[in-house]
Amino acid sequence: MAERCAVIGVGQTHHKSKRNDVSIAGLVREAAKMALADADLTWTDIDAVVIGKAPDMFEGNMMPELYLAPALGAVGKPMFRVHTAGSVGGSTALVAAHLISSGIHKRVLTVAYEKQSDSDAMWALSVPQPFAAPLLAGAGGYFAPHIRAYMRRSGAPEYIGRMVAVKDRRNAMRNPYAHLHIADIDMKMVEESMMLWDPLRYLEACPSSDGAAAMVLSAEDAVSGHFPPAWVHGMAMRSEPTMFAGRDQVNPRAGRDCSADVYAQAGITDPRRQIDVAEVYVPFSWYEPMWLENLGFCDLGDGWKLTESGATAFDGDIPWNTSGGVLSSNPIGASGMLRFLEVAMQVRGQAGEHQIEGARVALGQAYGGGSQFFSMWVVGSDKP
Amino acid sequence: MADPTTTEDLGPVTTLATPIRLDFEFTPGVAQSRFLRGLEQGKFMGQRCPTCGKVYVPSRGSCPTDGVPTTEDVALANVGTVTTYCVVNVPFAGQSIEIPYICAQVLLDGANISFMGLIQEIPADQIRMGMRVEAVWVEPDQLTPSLESVRYFRPNGEPDADYETYKEYL
Repeated sequence: MAERCAVIGVGQTHHKSKRNDVSIAGLVREAAKMALADADLTWTDIDAVVIGKAPDMFEGNMMPELYLAPALGAVGKPMFRVHTAGSVGGSTALVAAHLISSGIHKRVLTVAYEKQSDSDAMWALSVPQPFAAPLLAGAGGYFAPHIRAYMRRSGAPEYIGRMVAVKDRRNAMRNPYAHLHIADIDMKMVEESMMLWDPLRYLEACPSSDGAAAMVLSAEDAVSGHFPPAWVHGMAMRSEPTMFAGRDQVNPRAGRDCSADVYAQAGITDPRRQIDVAEVYVPFSWYEPMWLENLGFCDLGDGWKLTESGATAFDGDIPWNTSGGVLSSNPIGASGMLRFLEVAMQVRGQAGEHQIEGARVALGQAYGGGSQFFSMWVVGSDKP
Repeated sequence: MADPTTTEDLGPVTTLATPIRLDFEFTPGVAQSRFLRGLEQGKFMGQRCPTCGKVYVPSRGSCPTDGVPTTEDVALANVGTVTTYCVVNVPFAGQSIEIPYICAQVLLDGANISFMGLIQEIPADQIRMGMRVEAVWVEPDQLTPSLESVRYFRPNGEPDADYETYKEYL
């Protein structure tokens, strides 16, 4: 990275199943205004806007970024749209960060959103394809067989998924912006919830949320704001084809390559010891142990043992998803950015009730599509 | 009494339904036509990569790993192995199959990649990884160059495949 890049402002909406009080423009503006206020800036201080969301088919709005430009103060400024399926919130932040690190802009506003109450994502993810039987039932239907493969491969006991479902919802109780606040969540409640895509139960799956996330990124000589900046220590994206012979869908190579790249940039050789807190895209409970292995926090087959030991819990040595994660809020296009945003909040010391004391180095990860798009960043409280 | 000069006191209109309908044309191209013509004959057609030797089904014209054209056609067996699966029990708009149904990854004998298939003629709670299944086709006079020619897969009665034989395909 030629120029240092800092996160100087963060903002997010209260995520809910229906934000009928605002249009899409109102939703993104709410998050953006909060990020600007945190950075102590106004719209005129921003050089460019980078926006992302999940596929247009979800809400049925073609290229919504065009009509959102005025709401985001982008008239007369460069505005970019990013598309990488569920990982898009992460990739969008990275495209914005590239505009800083390349020296092109001083301050960039990046925004991501989804208004699932306006959309029918389940339908949009299940449309008939000419070369596949019409069997796919949303993202859960796609990922459940791969979760079963992980369970078979690792020998993990079936209660591991329920542990993650409970842990992330308990973390969400600390986060006023989280969609789900289930005060009495426990293993029994998860076990008794409806089986949707066997082996996945209702409470092991993410909700459908309306919400937006925004960040202001700046160059070193343009830092402002009410909290110390989060410095970007590494950023990487990778992709791989959805289908090829020998593809490992449980432990995708693109994810391994992406983490190797971001760790090399950030000087991380032992993620479990060197990373203080991580926000990882876990839309279905079992993706925690799967990504623990994919991200190199443990050996292959041992991810579930880390979850079981409590290492990833709020008081564990590697807290994962302190915000409550995707399992507690899922405005799809924003979900990746919320991971990146939460870790920035952690190293800036502004996470309130979900603050991990002394967090100095943190990993944000997002994935999307059929586990084929990955985006990650490592942020720190010290300059790289 | 409402003020006739403003609609403010009527409150916001929260949502409007705006249905959209799209019908797409799709040109399958040379390689996928081989697969579709196979379906019309009641068989699965794949293609072998000349570099890695792996057999792709449906035929796709090139190997995604080696980046070379796949020109050798391979007729595949009508039987295969369930590598993994889920039981779908969630309703959604446009769903065409009664729930619960079994959505399985089926690895046809002779192929190196699985594809998604519906499993029927077995209760949903009896499906297993490794189960051997066979394709059930529509009547010969109903065959078309479309996946609708395959009604579903069903257990063929063979003993389950050993995990070692399909674990690389998970």
